[in-house]
Amino acid sequence: MSETKKTDPVATVPAQASAPEEREVLLKVEGLVKHFPIRKGLLKRQVASVKAVDGIDFEVRKGETLGVVGESGCGKSTMGRVITRLQDPTGGTIRFEGKDITRLNTAGMRPLRRDIQMIFQDPYGSLNPRHTIGSIVSAPFRLQGVEPEGGVKKEVQRLLELVGLSPEHYNRYPHEFSGGQRQRIGIARALALNPKLVVADEPVSALDVSIQAQVINLLDDLQDELGLTYVIIAHDLSVVRHVSDRIAVMYLGKIVELADRDQLYRSPMHPYTKALLSAVPIPDPKRKGGRNERILLKGDVPSPLSPPSGCRFHTRCWKATEVCRTTEPPLIELQVGQQVACHHPENFDDQQPQDTVLLTASEKESEPVTEEAVEAAPEETAAEEAAPAGTAAEETTVTGETGSEEPADGPGEPAGDAEAEEDAPAQATAASDDAEGTSEKK
Amino acid sequence: MTELSKTGAAVGEPAPASPDGTAFLDVRDLRVHFPTDDGLVKSVDGLSFQLEKGKTLSIVGESGSGKSVTSLAIMGLHRLGARGKNVQMSGEIWLDGKELVSADPDEVRRLRGREMAMIFQDPLSAMHPYYTIGNQIVEAYRVHHDVSKKAARVRAVEMLDRVGIPEPHKRIDAYPHEFSGGMRQRAMIAMALVNNPELLIADEPTTALDVTVQAQILDLIRDLQKEFGSAVVIITHDLGVVAEIADDVLVMYGGRCVERGTVDDVFERPQHPYTWGLLGSMPRIDRDTTDRLVPVKGQPPSLINVPSGCAFHPRCPYADVPKDNVTRTVRPELQQVGTGHWSACHLSPEDRTRIWTEEIAPKL
Repeated sequence: MSETKKTDPVATVPAQASAPEEREVLLKVEGLVKHFPIRKGLLKRQVASVKAVDGIDFEVRKGETLGVVGESGCGKSTMGRVITRLQDPTGGTIRFEGKDITRLNTAGMRPLRRDIQMIFQDPYGSLNPRHTIGSIVSAPFRLQGVEPEGGVKKEVQRLLELVGLSPEHYNRYPHEFSGGQRQRIGIARALALNPKLVVADEPVSALDVSIQAQVINLLDDLQDELGLTYVIIAHDLSVVRHVSDRIAVMYLGKIVELADRDQLYRSPMHPYTKALLSAVPIPDPKRKGGRNERILLKGDVPSPLSPPSGCRFHTRCWKATEVCRTTEPPLIELQVGQQVACHHPENFDDQQPQDTVLLTASEKESEPVTEEAVEAAPEETAAEEAAPAGTAAEETTVTGETGSEEPADGPGEPAGDAEAEEDAPAQATAASDDAEGTSEKK
Repeated sequence: MTELSKTGAAVGEPAPASPDGTAFLDVRDLRVHFPTDDGLVKSVDGLSFQLEKGKTLSIVGESGSGKSVTSLAIMGLHRLGARGKNVQMSGEIWLDGKELVSADPDEVRRLRGREMAMIFQDPLSAMHPYYTIGNQIVEAYRVHHDVSKKAARVRAVEMLDRVGIPEPHKRIDAYPHEFSGGMRQRAMIAMALVNNPELLIADEPTTALDVTVQAQILDLIRDLQKEFGSAVVIITHDLGVVAEIADDVLVMYGGRCVERGTVDDVFERPQHPYTWGLLGSMPRIDRDTTDRLVPVKGQPPSLINVPSGCAFHPRCPYADVPKDNVTRTVRPELQQVGTGHWSACHLSPEDRTRIWTEEIAPKL
């Protein structure tokens, strides 16, 4: 992946309202890979590996918020733990302020822990129940041997006030606090040493809506006040839209689209981004009819044990063609501030216009029986009833976006053995489901 | 219990509609209290609502507002668990002309699964890990139908097929752990619907799922409802899901209903400051505004020491608008504010309209 990506976003991103190009790069990640080996047998030989993060490049600029979204299992949390060096990367490089931190050992990382902090998802699991709040929030000072001005206790109480808790909470224990308050404690701990980069893994997803809004506002205020840089990992696209300047969309260990917030939500280029955005329920009953624009992806994410060949999304993509099955699309900057890894992007010129035979069309011809079985489940709209007939043109018209789709009505060769993940029984669901795979417009 | 009924008489809110009991599901002044060492937890404290067949009611509220306890009480499952032994329950739950609160547990058991079924949030813990999916569906069917195992299995395959599980005749012998989250939720829906229940209660059915899978499951529930004409109660905290799927909305706060109405009423003309707060707390994916969210300040109330007067008054920005400290002393009753629209708030209708149109709506 790293060698395929030639564009350097720093050099090419020109002035955008929300993309301050003059900001220096704080964190630069190149070709980052994290595989978890699966070992079996007496000799514990490695039989396979979970490719949680499989070659991603991005950078985080000072003072910005980078949002990372994706479905569960796409590797976004692993990515967060690797860039904070809580886990060791399998390959690639991580540079923090220009310094390569990829292979630093524990002792080498220690001074950097001041600058890179993490906020965790579960406010119950991330606070030691036997420590008081004072001892939890002052732990960073103890570990780093820092003596703040005016003493540790005073500083901790200042931090508690900063995150909206009362200084009197100093001697209490975590169980005395609600979920939202605990998350604030976790934030106070992360901020104790005045970090430069804060990686927050699902910081609000365990909280109630009203509390969620309080914590989002708090993170927002702290960024303004302290000039923090955030990497916020979340699955809630509404939250990510609200907090981020730029957003990376991950699918099966890869970044498929990385773009400025407004561009991404206004005109997503990757079909997966489009499907993801269209699936979010909109809290507006007047737009109930908007369901018709929804792209329903069939099935689940394939197994990261053996991701599909070529473009990883091709098994579920309604625009996939032969080239998607064979060639992995590089993440390139198709438009200022918008990098996409797709052969047939939405809202942009087709990258492989010569390749027009849709895999969906050929699959339908080859496996009409299974197709019908799945078809029976969701509601039978006109588009769906038309689908088994194999007229891919029908689908492309429903897609109804810019003219980047190619009308294809000729049958192609069967999509054959695109699914190779049969080796994992637990994943058979995903695999068999993907066989019918492809997505539908409703 | 005696004390309970006394307070019930004192503050009981009138059932807002159809006292003749014609509704398919009619909950009247339901109270579910759990005595604990720390005090009496009033999880549900005087809740009334009706639901017709073919309609979907969404119950929204924060954690601890009593929405899940309500659903468990309807299903007669509130007695389970360590806290359930001493549960105090009063009120009436009418399901298709039968009263469930005073009914014999065995009678409720016969209805459970057959007339009313439930989908839980986490299908992995709601299914038995030791039995195959098929076994569990077959069991659910044979409890209520005197059929052979073979016939029940045919029915199970049919249901798995109906909920969109590919190759159901093979997957029926899979164990829950072999299914992905979305598939498991589908299997649980198949299990819940195997007896064609007329009431389906879904407690946060999509909270544990990814958005793409959530869209599939919501579509499935909607289709199945159309097909079977069941009444559906969906408990959720996601207002996006509510807007998608519900006909009516019931907003719960501190164990009581604070607002009830059609989904259009509640989203377009909300009449309770707590509903305003919920709407203001939500980051919107469909709007370009990146202004600050307007959260509800403070924490959800303790159900042991529910604040006096209006339970929402400590967090309500408008608690001092009504005169004579009434928000702190008198508990507001549900009052009709429009056709099929009720709200429990001391603010005068003029104040409410003014605050909504001038202060809240422009910020959303």
